[in-house]
Amino acid sequence: MSQATVHLSFVDYSILGLYVAFVIGIGFALKRNVKTSADFFLSGRSIPAWVTGLAFLSANLGALELVGMAASGAKYGISTCHFYWVGAIPAMIFLAVFMMPFYYGSKARSVPEYLKLRFDERTRAFNSVSFAVMTIFASGISLNALSKLLHQLLGWEYNICLWVCSFIVLLYVLKGGLTSAIYTEVLQFFMIVLGFAPVVFLGLKDAGGWNAVKDKLAGVATHPATYNLVSEGSKTFEPNAWTSAWVPLLGGPSANPMGVDLFAMVFGLGFVLSFGYWCTNFLVVQRAMAAKDMVAARNTPLVAAVPKMFFPLLVILPGIIALALTATPGKGYHLPQAIIQQSKFPDAVASLRRAVADHADNDTVSKSLSAATGVSFNSAKIAEILANPASLSASDKQLAIRIQDAVVNDYDGVILSLVKRYCPTGLLGLALTALLASFMSGMAGNVTAFNTVWTYDLYQAYIAPNKTDDHYYWMGRVVTIVGILLSIAAAYFASMWTNAMDIIQLVFGFVNAPLFATFLLGMFWSRTTGTGAFVGLVSGTAASALFHACTISQGNLPGVKGAYLAKLVVLPSDMAQNFWLASFAFTVCFILTVVFSLATRRTKTDEELKGLVYSLTPKQIVKQAWYAQPGTIGIALLIVCVILNFIFW
Amino acid sequence: MGLDIRYPIGMMFTLLGLILLGTGFITGGDAAIYRSSLGININLIWGAVLLIFGLLMWVSAHLGRNK
Repeated sequence: MSQATVHLSFVDYSILGLYVAFVIGIGFALKRNVKTSADFFLSGRSIPAWVTGLAFLSANLGALELVGMAASGAKYGISTCHFYWVGAIPAMIFLAVFMMPFYYGSKARSVPEYLKLRFDERTRAFNSVSFAVMTIFASGISLNALSKLLHQLLGWEYNICLWVCSFIVLLYVLKGGLTSAIYTEVLQFFMIVLGFAPVVFLGLKDAGGWNAVKDKLAGVATHPATYNLVSEGSKTFEPNAWTSAWVPLLGGPSANPMGVDLFAMVFGLGFVLSFGYWCTNFLVVQRAMAAKDMVAARNTPLVAAVPKMFFPLLVILPGIIALALTATPGKGYHLPQAIIQQSKFPDAVASLRRAVADHADNDTVSKSLSAATGVSFNSAKIAEILANPASLSASDKQLAIRIQDAVVNDYDGVILSLVKRYCPTGLLGLALTALLASFMSGMAGNVTAFNTVWTYDLYQAYIAPNKTDDHYYWMGRVVTIVGILLSIAAAYFASMWTNAMDIIQLVFGFVNAPLFATFLLGMFWSRTTGTGAFVGLVSGTAASALFHACTISQGNLPGVKGAYLAKLVVLPSDMAQNFWLASFAFTVCFILTVVFSLATRRTKTDEELKGLVYSLTPKQIVKQAWYAQPGTIGIALLIVCVILNFIFW
Repeated sequence: MGLDIRYPIGMMFTLLGLILLGTGFITGGDAAIYRSSLGININLIWGAVLLIFGLLMWVSAHLGRNK
């Protein structure tokens, strides 16, 4: 709970240094293999499936994912696993079995290029521009988050963290291109797993094992306001709200902490958002496209699905443990909160006393307290203080303690608070290295996807076609540097203006939500036309923006959170708004693509669509034993996934 | 592609394992250090795990070399 920084010893520094030396070393070792633009951007399509598979996973496992999943684990409990078990796994299997043959077989060099081959330049341009902007902001946001974490935890200078971390990534991507990004991602994958596993193990042991955690969380679920988990003091859940994945969901939005219903979860998250991300995002698909042959390309997401299925143990469980420890008296642990500076307490106490004397309402009190202290408060706790007249006759000191207790939880700090709590010197270095590795794998993923899309889909397509291969290879290296510089700029932007980042992440959502409809129709319905796809995609994106402008989640004020045009629908939570938005955008894109495709003439012949559309592509017979076929492996993985869902039913 | 990634992974984790093992041995008598890890000498245990993992990577790269 303290804000004190941690001191690293020589051992911790040597672990960090060793890791940095290895990632840079890999970049330099691969340098001699990179001679053409295809080597740089596509790895010359030469990598085995287990390597691309782990890289596929690692590129997505950025620092924000690690921090965010632990945060959601504490906030929503085991329902967070739906992002994996309902979302990612089925989507990854679908990608392997049905979509990979077209991505890989079409010889497209990127996802936008597939769109060009299948439809026309308009869809490609729309997708590549939005994707390029997204990757830059994504790496900027995580760069900012990492530098802030390192600054808070270790007291390192923010600017130095920012530039040094980006420089390391720049160095190895510049030297070895996509191959070195992929190879280091594999190393980083093991680093992340082996670095965080002991922390989770110690946390679970400290909390008394899984059954003890479950008992504690039953108590939390019946008194969520005590732990600042909800903003209404009277709110309660069934005891299994944090520890069952499906039962609370069946009870409707008010019965689970995420505030979502079954349809929004299964269709919105499971189908639209997850398939949209895992099956169309070039950041991950690029890893599979670098595989050495079709079999390896299709196996890439399947290899990735195996560890992915068990990742909740590593990334979500820490959050759940943290909540259980908070609820265990005597452990001396509390979910992280912003700490009010001692010097601000007199003001805060005075403002609270004044507010009560004026009989001010809850919101006014919260606002005046926030103004006095600079942190946000949980309105349930404030209401509790106001409702109890005795609390006002308390001494300033006691009141100060209660004010501090009412500060909202800083869920994003959960994972580091556990690292701080359990790691002695040595292990501390390892866990921090794991954090750094997760950040670097995410950033390298974004940068390599950005430089490929820029060079092939924007520069070669619209700015400078028909240049030599050397020229594009040169361009790739230049744009790698530019991409990193832009990420740094985005990071500074994020650090200065938090609100802008919320808006940007919102826009990501608008762009991603309808995308899967376009790919689904494009790949499986030969009648889809270029105009249909373009109109559908643009309207789908506009529809998500419109949906956001007309809806809001409970307890929020119109503005960045939605409803700035009209307040037509009030949804139970941010998550629900998010999932319904995706469902709506997908449906609009789907229907309009179909309608406009039927109304316009096809511009591509069956022959041109061969290898791009399911029904027009002759079935490739690859000699594989039945048990080694992607379909068989996919079904086996799905069965395991269903079993996991049952265990945590 | 000229480089079997299992070698660098194996080498890195072997070294990390040795560093943690060494730290575990040297600091083993100091109970204060391991109060945070519930009294377990986690450096010693986890160092051994990393060392074994690193060596296994080496072995697997070596066996797969002639394929």
